[in-house]
Amino acid sequence: MLELALKGSKKYYGWMTALLAVIGVGFGCYLWQLSFGLGITGMSRDVSWGFYIAQFTFLVGVAASAVMLVLPYYLHNYKAFGKITILGEFLAVSSVTMCLLFIIVDLGQPMRALNVILYPTPTSILFWDMIVLNGYLFLNVVIGWQVLEAERNSVAPPAWVKPLIYLSIPWAVSIHTVTAFLYCGLPGRGFWLTAILAPRFLASAFAAGPSFLILLCLIIRKLTRFDPGKEQIQTLAKIVTYGIILNVFFLLCEVFVVFYSKIPEHMDHLKYLFVGLHGHGVLVPWMWTSVGLMLTSIILLVNPMTRKNETVLAVACLCVFFGTWIDKGLGMIAGGFVPSPLHHVNEYVPTIPEIIITLGVYATGFLVLTALFKMAISVKEELSA
Amino acid sequence: MPEEKKIYDKGKVVAGLIIFAVIFMFPFWYNLGKAAPAPEPVLTDKAKAAKECIEPKSFMKAEHMQVLNDWRGSVVRDENRVYVSSKDKEFDMSLSNTCLDCHSNKADFCDKCHNYASVNPYCWDCHIDKPKENK
Amino acid sequence: MENSRRTFLKIAGISALGLSAKPVLNAFAVSEEHGEKKEAKVIPKKGALTAKRWAMVIDTTKFKSAKDLEPMIEACNKIHNIPVFENKRHEIKWIWEEEFKHAFPDLENEHMNDRIKSLPFLVLCNQCQDAPCVRACPTKATFKQEDGIVAMDFHRCIGCRFCMAACPYGSRSFNFRDPRPFIKETNKKFPTRMKGVVEKCNFCSELLAEGKKPACVEASGGALVFGDLDDPESEVRKLLKSNYTIRRKTALGTGPAIYYIV
Repeated sequence: MLELALKGSKKYYGWMTALLAVIGVGFGCYLWQLSFGLGITGMSRDVSWGFYIAQFTFLVGVAASAVMLVLPYYLHNYKAFGKITILGEFLAVSSVTMCLLFIIVDLGQPMRALNVILYPTPTSILFWDMIVLNGYLFLNVVIGWQVLEAERNSVAPPAWVKPLIYLSIPWAVSIHTVTAFLYCGLPGRGFWLTAILAPRFLASAFAAGPSFLILLCLIIRKLTRFDPGKEQIQTLAKIVTYGIILNVFFLLCEVFVVFYSKIPEHMDHLKYLFVGLHGHGVLVPWMWTSVGLMLTSIILLVNPMTRKNETVLAVACLCVFFGTWIDKGLGMIAGGFVPSPLHHVNEYVPTIPEIIITLGVYATGFLVLTALFKMAISVKEELSA
Repeated sequence: MPEEKKIYDKGKVVAGLIIFAVIFMFPFWYNLGKAAPAPEPVLTDKAKAAKECIEPKSFMKAEHMQVLNDWRGSVVRDENRVYVSSKDKEFDMSLSNTCLDCHSNKADFCDKCHNYASVNPYCWDCHIDKPKENK
Repeated sequence: MENSRRTFLKIAGISALGLSAKPVLNAFAVSEEHGEKKEAKVIPKKGALTAKRWAMVIDTTKFKSAKDLEPMIEACNKIHNIPVFENKRHEIKWIWEEEFKHAFPDLENEHMNDRIKSLPFLVLCNQCQDAPCVRACPTKATFKQEDGIVAMDFHRCIGCRFCMAACPYGSRSFNFRDPRPFIKETNKKFPTRMKGVVEKCNFCSELLAEGKKPACVEASGGALVFGDLDDPESEVRKLLKSNYTIRRKTALGTGPAIYYIV
């Protein structure tokens, strides 16, 4: 089936070539990072995780959102999702690939990465994260491939795929829960030490992932002969609506807990993010933009008239995606590290090489996504011909 | 019986295979007639005076990598810092302070064989050699 | 012909497996051949200082200003090849000086007495009894030794920096770049570290193994006292019995081993 990804229109080749160029530049930058060290990034002794880990955290959420297509279709027989579960599964493959790449580029000694397998440490959440992420990648590759191939040959998928599909449902929830557990079990980081972190992660995942999928569906409808379907997009939109409402609600819960209890140490992190602390506030405009985007999207999504209009829906989805990206991808990491455990404020801003490497990883993910989607859509176009 | 099988683009395939074979065999034909002599590591006076390393030379030649690995695990993780050799002599398990104490000429000793075999151990990133001529 | 291609691949796979069997068996055989000598063994060093639980008591009443702390910091930096970076983002510090409100942020006091308000405090890795960094490390590159010290294995560290996120005291530093060009004077007896690994105070394990006290303790002129918490007769226990001491962020349950007499 891979041969379907090797042939396409001029636009397809052009897009893939452009992605390869970005990957090349990103890779070159990564080689520089390998030889110089992580000092080329904006990370510091106080903010020791930065852009790379932030992207990883955000993308684990996008990956988990595949469950929002699989669950209604396989568990609750929502037949409409049948034609697009493959898109969710392939989006998950592409996202998890990017997650793993972001972890690798963030390591100080990546050639030793196998130590995590050679010296397994069950008390470390990173160990479990490695297991669940790789497991989820494996599950989605196998399930996606089998189901698509079966569809192409107009047969039912083999029986052993069903249990894997059922397994992928709690597994999807687990990947983001384990990623949240990386943060929310650390005693020294008050901003992250909250039971609601895992639920908040899941809520924002179920907002960001499906909203990106809606955008992808609209693009697919424009560029190919395959139509994911109005009903499917509308159901996804409803999922996004609840996801983003829950995410904002959880954020408000955090705000209440922190500012009503008035514990200075806890207030400091949210203060740093939203109003600045001790004269430092580089993230303040970003955070308020994120809140604005998320609130706008809620207004547009809750109202059925605006939700049903696919152009407005697209705008709302962009708001959700970028709003949650800022929230998780910028605010969460920096907010946890600033102020430091000794109450020093040392800010973090990503550097240009760091951003280039990040773009390289994103380009890799988009390359995988485009190739897999091309495969899936070609199969569907073949069938409808 | 199945139909006549034919090789499509025979010319291109064979040409491609030949080019591949040439590139693949590059190390062999490039180094034809240029066999490098086996390396001769140089012993310092201190090493010569000691007559034997912690173990016999043949053992050290074949096993020094494993010995250093074992020493590393012992010192860093098990807090055992003394090595009792097969001849019941005691040595402090330290690359910098024991091995390199005698073999203080890394460039003429360690590097001679390592360069020949194209081996790049990362020990030198951290463990300091004590050459008479400091780097 | 689909079948013959599949058959070809099957045969190729099995041949590869078969051809690689001999070299693998050879590798095992070789290590037995060369092991034709009496078994060597490893033992702990004689004269090493040992303990069940190493701890330190810092008598802050003996300090008046930041200058008094300099000898201890210098001593550690010298023997451990600590680099000095201009770029504060990349700084490496194993032991350093902080104001009271930064070292003990949970003991905020608007009307703190003058002595403590302006007194610089020595901070270092607390060698916690229940260290969150040890729990977090995915490779056991940081681990708890039998003597209570939280040790670092620089060879195994993958540089994921999870331990740095986990530490509630900010005691850990990361090598953002190769430290060697930035080391003023190299101590040949102790290795430098490479880029991409995390490091922190190691309670001078290498000195303890030689029967010596940690460098900062030696340089402190008696202000820093080192000893075994589990030994009721040790100096530290005697000091703890007769003085009021505080530790950093005890509410977190980490069990720090650094006590401050205030």
